[in-house]
Amino acid sequence: MARYRDQAGRPTVVVTGMGVVTSLGVGTADNWRKLTAGESGIHAITRFATEGLKTRIAGTIDFVPIERLSSPDLSERLAEMAAEEAIGDAGIGARGDFPGPLFLAVPPIELEWPQRRIVAEASGTNDGITNRDLVRGADTGPFDSFYQRFMFASVADGLAERFGTKGSPISLSTACASGASAIQLGIEAIRRGEAEATLCIGTDGSINSESLVRFSLLSALSTANDSPQAAAKPFSKNRDGFVMAEGAAALVLESLEHAMARGAKILGVIEGCGEMADSFHRTRSSPDGRPIIGCIRNAIADAGLTPEDIDYVNPHGTGTPENDKMEGLAATAVFGERAKLVPISSNKSMIGHTLSAAGAVEAVITLLTLDRQILPPTINYQVPDPALQLDVVPNVARAAKLRHALSNSFGFGGQNVSLVLAREPM
Amino acid sequence: MAEKAAGPAREAWITGIGVVSTLGEGPQAHWQGLNAAPGPADVTTWAPFVIHPIAALDLDKQIPKKGDQRQMEAWQRIGTYAAGLALDSAGVKGNAELLARMDMIVAAGGGERDAAVDAMILSGLRNSERPEAFLNERLMNDLRPTLFLAQLSNLVAGNISIVHGVTGSSRTFMGEESAGVDAIRVAHARIAAGQSEIALVGGSANADQISTMLLLVMGHRLWRGELRPLWERAAAGGGMASGSLGAFLVIEEKSHALARAATPFARLSAVLSGHAKRTPGAITAMLDGLWERITPNLDTHGLGIISGATGTEPATAEERAFLAARAAIAMRTTGSHLGHGVEAQFPMNVALAALALQQGRLFASSDPTGFERAMNAPLRQVAVTSVGHWRGEGLALLEAVR
Repeated sequence: MARYRDQAGRPTVVVTGMGVVTSLGVGTADNWRKLTAGESGIHAITRFATEGLKTRIAGTIDFVPIERLSSPDLSERLAEMAAEEAIGDAGIGARGDFPGPLFLAVPPIELEWPQRRIVAEASGTNDGITNRDLVRGADTGPFDSFYQRFMFASVADGLAERFGTKGSPISLSTACASGASAIQLGIEAIRRGEAEATLCIGTDGSINSESLVRFSLLSALSTANDSPQAAAKPFSKNRDGFVMAEGAAALVLESLEHAMARGAKILGVIEGCGEMADSFHRTRSSPDGRPIIGCIRNAIADAGLTPEDIDYVNPHGTGTPENDKMEGLAATAVFGERAKLVPISSNKSMIGHTLSAAGAVEAVITLLTLDRQILPPTINYQVPDPALQLDVVPNVARAAKLRHALSNSFGFGGQNVSLVLAREPM
Repeated sequence: MAEKAAGPAREAWITGIGVVSTLGEGPQAHWQGLNAAPGPADVTTWAPFVIHPIAALDLDKQIPKKGDQRQMEAWQRIGTYAAGLALDSAGVKGNAELLARMDMIVAAGGGERDAAVDAMILSGLRNSERPEAFLNERLMNDLRPTLFLAQLSNLVAGNISIVHGVTGSSRTFMGEESAGVDAIRVAHARIAAGQSEIALVGGSANADQISTMLLLVMGHRLWRGELRPLWERAAAGGGMASGSLGAFLVIEEKSHALARAATPFARLSAVLSGHAKRTPGAITAMLDGLWERITPNLDTHGLGIISGATGTEPATAEERAFLAARAAIAMRTTGSHLGHGVEAQFPMNVALAALALQQGRLFASSDPTGFERAMNAPLRQVAVTSVGHWRGEGLALLEAVR
């Protein structure tokens, strides 16, 4: 019989609705089908000219009709689509009346080059445009729509209004861990009785020249432009960086008691969450892996489990030389001898790195993995890395008996979050 | 994360504050500055708009390594500096064991720009036959690779982890003023519920930054011309002066503080946030509603209010109506002295409220209109308000610890 309270006496947190959009497609069904078929959503970038760029591939989402293209516009639309699926799935509240708060992982928002050009044009200055000229141009107005759109809070505001979430919506960023942090905040709110249900969303529609160049200049991106679908090579010996991608995922979290009282279908359980920050370097992990290892151990302990209970790992698995090495190290430290046997397969090999959305997208995929008892593969695994003795579920999906799974997200700036998920409450 | 079981009611204490602004650094500089008339603001750099620039900081004092300083731009330096001050204030700086399990929530904006590169690109784009290719080339060749890290919203927190060793947890909230309100609200709620024992919470803002300026100018939020005190701006249409500032708090569970003999500034009793749909009167109604929720805790004798009013309209008028209905309670604003620091404003005003409670009295008023009344009674409680220039409202209650 399902216990309303977990082993630590806290309300058990379950998932009653899920939605997802990636470069593979819209919706959990479409994404799951393609993930298990080993398909890649990565392609040559057509959204903007890539002449002069070292990386010319990404998992941009170009099939979603959108009136005006900007990071907040696309991020909001993707989030909206994912939330529609999740809330529809959950059958919770009423249209435009979600009975709980919104936690939104969203890319940092800023004026982009199209808007900057328009403002510069309005300044009337042709050359040597200074900040003062830009301010003068901005002052001529009417740029009120830019003000509203490029506020950090604007995406959450739009979603809160659309879905009728309660209270002050929280927009958050922990870089690549953001999506997982959004889920973590939802879990904590339910555990302390602040909410019976929360809407947790991670979204990222931020790919443009400058965002691509920023990562490129840090040598973080794969440059395998000639074969986009084969570029993301997590855990391979010849891995050469991550592939930027767009996506969104939404989860409806509820206390088990609340879910059962209204006869909701339980899609999964979030048994534990853990975090630990790294103080070593702004982009690299501590070489001893202590923060990542600590983060994973915290999550497993928070779930009231031991490493022996983990049947599957959905890794951060970006395909950078550094991350995958560290994650392999952490797996060995946490799982010991079992590390070679616990399957660890990277969704990023197929959908790329969805940045602010990743932690949420991959949590949804992990829940689907647990539900269907099928492991999605790590594709593009042609050259194994002898330093990483891991079962990465190479290239082909396979069935497995799975009870508990771990999902990792490790962000720039050393912000690490891990979640422990299960299909059924204990 | 390990959680303490619910037992006797847990209390959240503010045991450290770190504040930097145009008034200088630290509690003494701020207390002196707030008790005097506002100093001159910078009316030239962004004329006709006015900013309150940050006072000169000796960065080496809180960010010892030059390498760390170089990885940041002003906004992150202000935050990392104020965080260090807060840790010093709480007496936990260098306590590696404690810092390793300290939680952190930062309210952040972001987006410092390289003005020279932007200018070059904008000029070139006008004449380029292939503007997208031109943009790519300039960005690839002219951007400093580590500039991105100086721009990323979550890197204030990242830098605090690296420079000060705070690594228990790290979350960054974005969303203008509400980010500051909810950062303190969530940290407080986690401590009250046993999900956290000690947290570092706050934010920073750089007014002297093109991205902040552009947004506020486009939204017609800024005051123009010679600055007037906050309550004198409405007649001319209102407007805020942007302020550079940083404010961090150490919030700690009472028994945790007692166990290490820490002295509290104040008790953080309640933190509430709201998100009104801003039709006329909605802000006043929201503030009224939040106030009602803390009313049972209020002892009007010894109660003061610190208002985060920005000067923008109609938000300031709506807050004024809320305050006027409680005219018997002495109220202070900080906007005339410090300017408005968006994400960092509520943390600043909560820190100043804590400071006032430690001093046992509200700071003097510099309001020439008389709306901010004198207060003679000893200060026992302070309510702090926030009304965002676009969205979001907040209210906190702090109380003296006897």
